[in-house]
Amino acid sequence: MDSILTILIFFPAVAGVLGFVVHKDSIRAYGISVAAIEFALSLVLWMGYDPNVSGMQFMESIPLVPEFGISYLLGIDGISLFIIIMASFFTMIGIATLGDTKRIKDMIITLLFLQMTMIGVFASLDAILFYVFWELSLVPMLYIIGAWGGPLRIYASVKFFLYTFTGSLVMLVGMLFMAYFYQQATGVWSFSLLEWYRLILPENYQLWLFAAFFFGFAIKVPMFPFHTWLPYAHGQAPTIGSVLLAAVLLKMGTYAFVRFSLPLFPDASVFFMMPIAVLAIIMIIYTAMVAYAQEDIKQVIAYSSVSHMGVIILGTFALNVEGIAGSVFLMIGHGIVSGALFYLVGVIYDRRHTKMMSEFGGLASVMPRYATIFGIMMMASVGLPLTINFVGEFLSLLGFYKQSHIMTLIAGIAIIVGAIYMLAAYKKIFFGEVTKEENKNLPDVNKREMFALIPLTVIALWLGIYPKPILEPISNSTESIVQLMHDKAITQEAKARIPNLVEEMSLSRTLTQEAH
Amino acid sequence: MLEPVNISLESLNLSTLTPMLIPIIGALVILCIDLIKGGLNKSLYVMLSLLFLLMDFGSLVDFAQLFSQNGTMMGFFDVMLIDGLAIIGQLIIVVSSMLFIPLSLTSKRFHEYAYPEFYALFLFMIAGFQFMVATDNLILIFVGLELASLALYTLIALHNRNKSFEAAIKYFTMGALAAGFFSFGAMILYALTGSIEINQISAVLAADGYSNIGFVLVAVTFLLASFGFKLSLIPFHAWTPDVYEGSSAALAGYMSIVPKIAAFVVAMRLFEFLVHSNVIWLETILYILVVLTMTLANIWALVQSDVKRMLAYSSISHAGFVMAAILIGTTQANSALFLYWVLFAFSNLGAFAMLWVNRQKVLIAGQDSDHPFEKFAGLIHTMPTAAAIMGLFMLSLAGLPPFGVFWGKMYMIGSAVSGGYTVLALIMALNSAIAAYYYLKLIVFMFMKEPIYQTDKAIHMVNASMPLKTIIGFATVITIFSVFIVSPLMEFITALVYNSGY
Repeated sequence: MDSILTILIFFPAVAGVLGFVVHKDSIRAYGISVAAIEFALSLVLWMGYDPNVSGMQFMESIPLVPEFGISYLLGIDGISLFIIIMASFFTMIGIATLGDTKRIKDMIITLLFLQMTMIGVFASLDAILFYVFWELSLVPMLYIIGAWGGPLRIYASVKFFLYTFTGSLVMLVGMLFMAYFYQQATGVWSFSLLEWYRLILPENYQLWLFAAFFFGFAIKVPMFPFHTWLPYAHGQAPTIGSVLLAAVLLKMGTYAFVRFSLPLFPDASVFFMMPIAVLAIIMIIYTAMVAYAQEDIKQVIAYSSVSHMGVIILGTFALNVEGIAGSVFLMIGHGIVSGALFYLVGVIYDRRHTKMMSEFGGLASVMPRYATIFGIMMMASVGLPLTINFVGEFLSLLGFYKQSHIMTLIAGIAIIVGAIYMLAAYKKIFFGEVTKEENKNLPDVNKREMFALIPLTVIALWLGIYPKPILEPISNSTESIVQLMHDKAITQEAKARIPNLVEEMSLSRTLTQEAH
Repeated sequence: MLEPVNISLESLNLSTLTPMLIPIIGALVILCIDLIKGGLNKSLYVMLSLLFLLMDFGSLVDFAQLFSQNGTMMGFFDVMLIDGLAIIGQLIIVVSSMLFIPLSLTSKRFHEYAYPEFYALFLFMIAGFQFMVATDNLILIFVGLELASLALYTLIALHNRNKSFEAAIKYFTMGALAAGFFSFGAMILYALTGSIEINQISAVLAADGYSNIGFVLVAVTFLLASFGFKLSLIPFHAWTPDVYEGSSAALAGYMSIVPKIAAFVVAMRLFEFLVHSNVIWLETILYILVVLTMTLANIWALVQSDVKRMLAYSSISHAGFVMAAILIGTTQANSALFLYWVLFAFSNLGAFAMLWVNRQKVLIAGQDSDHPFEKFAGLIHTMPTAAAIMGLFMLSLAGLPPFGVFWGKMYMIGSAVSGGYTVLALIMALNSAIAAYYYLKLIVFMFMKEPIYQTDKAIHMVNASMPLKTIIGFATVITIFSVFIVSPLMEFITALVYNSGY
């Protein structure tokens, strides 16, 4: 169990290298087995995880460049654990349900490499190691979009790469500054995140560094106004690419906010809280409106996905336990739901080779099972109570309500408005008469597709009804982050905005004692 | 009546000449063999050169050990200066040369490699570069520079095509101009200080507090221009793409590494004290030069339609990036320069070697240069391994972690950060982003397009032979696993640079 994270990261990569030898007729079975083993390993990780510990677990540390403080430092807490499980789960069902693809061997090997980088990002606790995986994840995605995508695939993939690469280089400068400040303070270089957590920076340094990191993360999320690469990437990517992009890769950005920006720069986080909240609300409303105007189902889902990322950002910058835990939970929920929706679009695209809503209509009578699952997922995406996204959205908004009532009200209304375009899209596709001849005999979801969709539906409902098994470890780890932020904050405003959990706990304890 | 001067042989410390004498002897041996029996196969000369280079390498390792014990060594009337910079500089020169020379064992026959003179000139050139880095005497620097450059011009012209002659003459003309600038700059410094040794010059200038600042600046301008030519800094870069295009891909790769590291070492010796002398003007001009070189070369590289020309511009940009170290001037920056250059050497030489293996003798219809982007279209379908390796070198040059050049970039930006050059650090980072575009362009062609030229698929490996594949494989392995060599390499470099006072 000691080196399970290393195994989790490098098992798919090694399997990918060996995969070059496997014959292309058998590569699918090989890919599925590897991904299934990987998923099983990630479940083993969950078994071994102690939910009562709020700090890092399964730590591994090997110095790589000791003079410069770079080390191979891994560890997970409740926040990263579930994203890792989700990443391995989506890779598994992604490979298992891969349709007829040209050059399927290249695709599966690429997916295995992508899996390595995804898990690496969420398991790294060293900034440079994090950066390595973060950047490396661009390459497989570039290839997936560029080689298997639609007609504009090259434009879309290069735009995706360059946008993200530019942002992350600015982030790299920020990281080097952070290490330099650490070196100034302690005399040794270090890129270890845990060491950086101990560093209290003056406020104006925090503001600049926050901005540098923000640039990298915001492009990845993507936040308004850096979101323009995403619709292209989604629009051109093959189904598997969109699924992984929406479910896992975008979460790197929001995860990095929780892991880096908040605990490293608490004062700057408070300082930038309102501007970022405004951006997040613009993101929610604006992309919802854009989504409503789309003709293409995939674009609708792509924009709705951006819109929900806005809620995650809002929850993160609530800077209290409810908000952050809610946003982390929403990351999982959004991953499940938008991954499933993109997969559903892929199902219909395989049958009709079009994604235009005007081409459909009345599918509910032709494909009842498909319509049901799509309906459930759409409701989950809208945030209907008892579905997975409701929990996250509710907690995120609840958290932000403590910071600003008006903003939360606007965001809440915006989310409700967001339901309009999803319902409208659903209506256009599934209700009414079957107008097109081609749609009359469409086959319903087959077994292979069920294999992906049933578990996703079950998770979406189960975690909506009973979120505790996931929410509890998340909020445990979140508490330690919030406490760290409160302890590190220097300005009065930050101290006031970020709750002091120790105080609250002792307060409630004294209250109960007095009651007795 | 002049007093007789007694010089003891020990004080000459002739052993400091060993590293340079080895390649010179090697060159003479090769010439003698040819005199005795002509028409021998090129493999003989390649292996002989390799052996002499190995001996050279061995002697340098020996010097590195001596240096760690005794510190800087002077020799030969105090003209030779073996310090850490000289040792690292020579090591990089010799190792890159060892990687380069087996590239002449192509499976197709090329004109120049049939001549033993090629190998003799090659070894003379190496000796020239070694002289350049192992002295702080301006005259010896000049002699080394000319020895190396004249040999290099001939090597380019030996490729025996119209473009090669053009390249050689262009390079020669520019080189002659640069030599003129150098001697003029050196002359003014001598007139000011009465010395041609860099450390003496700096001592004299510091002692009188830079009172003749005007003349110093004129001298520095000339020297900067001459090194600008050698390092292909903008605006002295115009020869580079043409010369690279005219010479064989292997030689172009070599030229983008070895002459530049020699020039960097000299520039470091020369500008080190000037940058630290608080002459604002010099700092500003270096700053502008660095930023312009990085940025403009990147922008020009964006619009190239030939991979070799693209790589030529990219190597200009890399040179500008590294030149920042001389501006920053801290030990960390100077060490980062060498680290960067070592890692860059592997990736860049690998990339040029990949071009070299697919250099055809006859162009196919519709192809107007040796390596247009279209030629690589759809390489993943026909030759997946070659495409993957080339893609890897491109990603490394783009600075994508964890491949080779990334670590150099990281150290370099890191040293800009700790040297207080925040804006420069940002410019360097953003330039890497611009550069990513043209490296991606080749990847896009290789991985995402369908083949354009309908030809025999062997065209991409037409020159490949075992030695070439070995070199490329070696470069690939170093590029992928560079993360494991960064730490020991950095320790070695920092110790040498620090102990020589830079």
